[in-house]
Amino acid sequence: MGSILVLGANSTIAQATVRKLTDKGKHFILTSRDPSQLEDLKNDINIRSQVDVQVREFDALDFAGHKAFFDDVVGSVDVLDGVLLMYGAMDDQKLAEHDFAVARNMIDVNYTSAVSMLNIAANYFEQRGAGFICAVSSVAGDRGRKSNYIYGSTKAGLSVYLQGLRNRLHRAGVHVITIKPGMVDTKMTYGLVEPGPLLADPVTVGRDIANGITARREVVYTPWFWLIIMGIIKLIPEKIFKRTDL
Amino acid sequence: MVKARKERLSGWGNYPVQSGYVFRPEHLDELKQIVTAKEYSSYIAYGLGRSYGDTPLNRGAGVIGTSRLNHFIDFDEQTCFLTCEAGVTLHEIIDVFLPRGYYLPVTPGTKMVTVGGAIANDVHGKNHHVDGTFCEFVASFDLLTASGEIITCTRDRHADIFWATVGGIGLTGLILRATFKLIPVETAYINVRYEKASNLDEAFAKFQADADFTYSVAWIDCLASGDSLGKSVLMRGDHARVDDLPASIVDPLKPADKFKLKMPIHAPGMALNYYSISAFNKLYYGMYKDEDKLVEQSSFFHPLDAITDWNKMYGKNGFIQYQAVFPKHNNPKEGLRKLLTKLSDARRSSFLAVLKSSGPWNGGLLSFPVEGYTLALDIPIKDDGLFPFLRELDELVLDYGGRVYLAKDSSLEISAFQEMYPTWEDFLDVKEKVDPGHLFSSSMGRRLGLSK
Ligand SMILES: Cc1cc2nc3c(=O)[nH]c(=O)nc-3n(C[C@H](O)[C@H](O)[C@H](O)COP(=O)(O)OP(=O)(O)OC[C@H]3O[C@@H](n4cnc5c(N)ncnc54)[C@H](O)[C@@H]3O)c2cc1C
Ligand SMILES: NC(=O)c1ccc[n+]([C@@H]2O[C@H](COP(=O)([O-])OP(=O)(O)OC[C@H]3O[C@@H](n4cnc5c(N)ncnc54)[C@H](OP(=O)(O)O)[C@@H]3O)[C@@H](O)[C@H]2O)c1
Repeated sequence: MGSILVLGANSTIAQATVRKLTDKGKHFILTSRDPSQLEDLKNDINIRSQVDVQVREFDALDFAGHKAFFDDVVGSVDVLDGVLLMYGAMDDQKLAEHDFAVARNMIDVNYTSAVSMLNIAANYFEQRGAGFICAVSSVAGDRGRKSNYIYGSTKAGLSVYLQGLRNRLHRAGVHVITIKPGMVDTKMTYGLVEPGPLLADPVTVGRDIANGITARREVVYTPWFWLIIMGIIKLIPEKIFKRTDL
Repeated sequence: MVKARKERLSGWGNYPVQSGYVFRPEHLDELKQIVTAKEYSSYIAYGLGRSYGDTPLNRGAGVIGTSRLNHFIDFDEQTCFLTCEAGVTLHEIIDVFLPRGYYLPVTPGTKMVTVGGAIANDVHGKNHHVDGTFCEFVASFDLLTASGEIITCTRDRHADIFWATVGGIGLTGLILRATFKLIPVETAYINVRYEKASNLDEAFAKFQADADFTYSVAWIDCLASGDSLGKSVLMRGDHARVDDLPASIVDPLKPADKFKLKMPIHAPGMALNYYSISAFNKLYYGMYKDEDKLVEQSSFFHPLDAITDWNKMYGKNGFIQYQAVFPKHNNPKEGLRKLLTKLSDARRSSFLAVLKSSGPWNGGLLSFPVEGYTLALDIPIKDDGLFPFLRELDELVLDYGGRVYLAKDSSLEISAFQEMYPTWEDFLDVKEKVDPGHLFSSSMGRRLGLSK
């Protein structure tokens, strides 16, 4: 049976996604910087769907360890079907403007490490001629805004990376899917974003991601209305946009 | 530091509405940080807010939402014991386990209830007279107490804390996870017998006549008066076996995927009046005839769940649900008759009232059910006159040695409460022992003198 590697399985969105993916009959390798945090999820997935679940330690910032980590994972399963990159960091914009270490953490977690890990995964899947790579970017990467452009730019970098990767891997039959969530009610946004109609339930987002993978979509905005919102926001001329308070 | 979100909260009755600082931990260490940081004066757990009043509210202080503590931990197919976190909902348990041939041993009238909430209110279903409350099936639970310590409570270990927490409205600590038994079933269907009764005497006679149904409930038309006081439809049933199903049902254990309606906004206050409700009740009563029918479990156990947010039907002011039990040894029929007469005289219109029979008390210090008959009914809040009227109902209930269900309550007075729940002092003894600083407190707890 095939397996799926979930990087950052502890993220609220990842948990919701994995629960929706379980009916596909795949095994899972779940990672966190602190694997003990994944024990409950492991049992949960196991009981819901009676599939095997492995738990592993993974730190996105340990670039040097990425290759060995990935080889180890590949060696431990029959077939690796896909990789879900779900981790991410969103630190305070104001802090990041004054403290480069904060900005750098976002850049390294959201972009640098993704390039490192997904390069390795891409080479593997390309050679196999099958598999999928799904990574969570953000609508924040579609247009820079003063309130979160440092985070946004890391996601913009990721989105463009995934675009190019999709183009490269298409011939090999490897599917690349970019997820662009709007605001989601997770531990990342809790207490920062007011609840309201624009703050999505992670269950909805997890379902959209799982469906997107099954349907082999290229880019998934979730919830769907963000496609329209961002379509409009992207149309506003810079001359006007720079005056706004979005 | 773990962040809180200021929110205006209410229970299912949309009354009262109170602000609180809501945490929503995803892991135990976050939870421990919240409890030990003591950023707010006190905390109370909030499950799905399906209790009606101020049970899960804590005005101006901390509230701990358990919705993300929702993992299944273990299931033993031999013994049917399930262990899960307290934020798992009964809905999810049905979704995951019914297709495998297991069902909840006890379920309230909605499945949108957490395991923590089911224990903290010691909920009952339509089978209380046969099987008792939800907690009869609970073998153990882990409780995070005020000291930050986690204790495993069973009937043998920390038995006093066990019985204070069963029905203990969250005041002993936060239930983290629980182990309880599911029951094996062959199908997702219930064999239901529908029978009409033209008044209370007939309803009682029929209730007692063949009492061997596992599930039984009667819906009473509260507006019927005089000779037809207590006019009702009895619905009683048992889990269907595979042999009972017609060949057209291919998968006997598949829960039905029903189309759901949603109540989008609060209905205007005047939409529900004596006349519209009376018309509805007539229509509803007319819908039934005496017959035996095979019914999918969700429409038998959780009929109201088919309409999301149906509580908005009662308008912005909200409503209260009044549920009382009349003990068996104290002429419960007379008590019920007086209660129904009072309601119908006052024209405090209600849709149907739900009548169930209940078995013996289980020893939960604040657990509601005692042997007898319980009646539950909704009353919209239209004027301040309602609350004095409710106090009259309390008096009547006390006259018959009965009590009011805290899961539904928002206005009971402390003196009446203490008379209804004579073990309140035993509860306070345990409370002082596990939580002397009253770190766990709620609006209801303060109203009823159970916490500071
Ligand atoms: C349509 C409808 C029908 C109903 N039918 C019935 C019925 O037939 N029988 C019946 O008994 N009840 C019934 N109820 C009431 C309901 O079952 C209870 O109020 C139940 O406790 C609600 O669970 P909840 O998860 O929403 O908890 P909440 O309402 O959020 O909280 C209820 C109490 O549990 C405490 N609590 C919640 N989680 C924890 C935890 N983890 N640790 C410690 N304390 C905790 C809270 O502090 C609070 O005191 C019904 C309610 C509705 C809306
Ligand atoms: N929430 C939103 O509104 C929103 C909107 C758009 C996009 N997104 C994106 O969606 C993804 C998931 O977000 P979420 O909201 O579910 O977040 P979350 O619950 O806060 O989870 C983020 C996860 O990232 C992991 N992480 C952080 N630094 C890491 C590192 N150095 N190495 C490995 N893992 C690290 C953490 O895992 P461990 O602590 O277990 O290691 C954490 O569980 C992120 O990429 C986020 O940017 C979120």
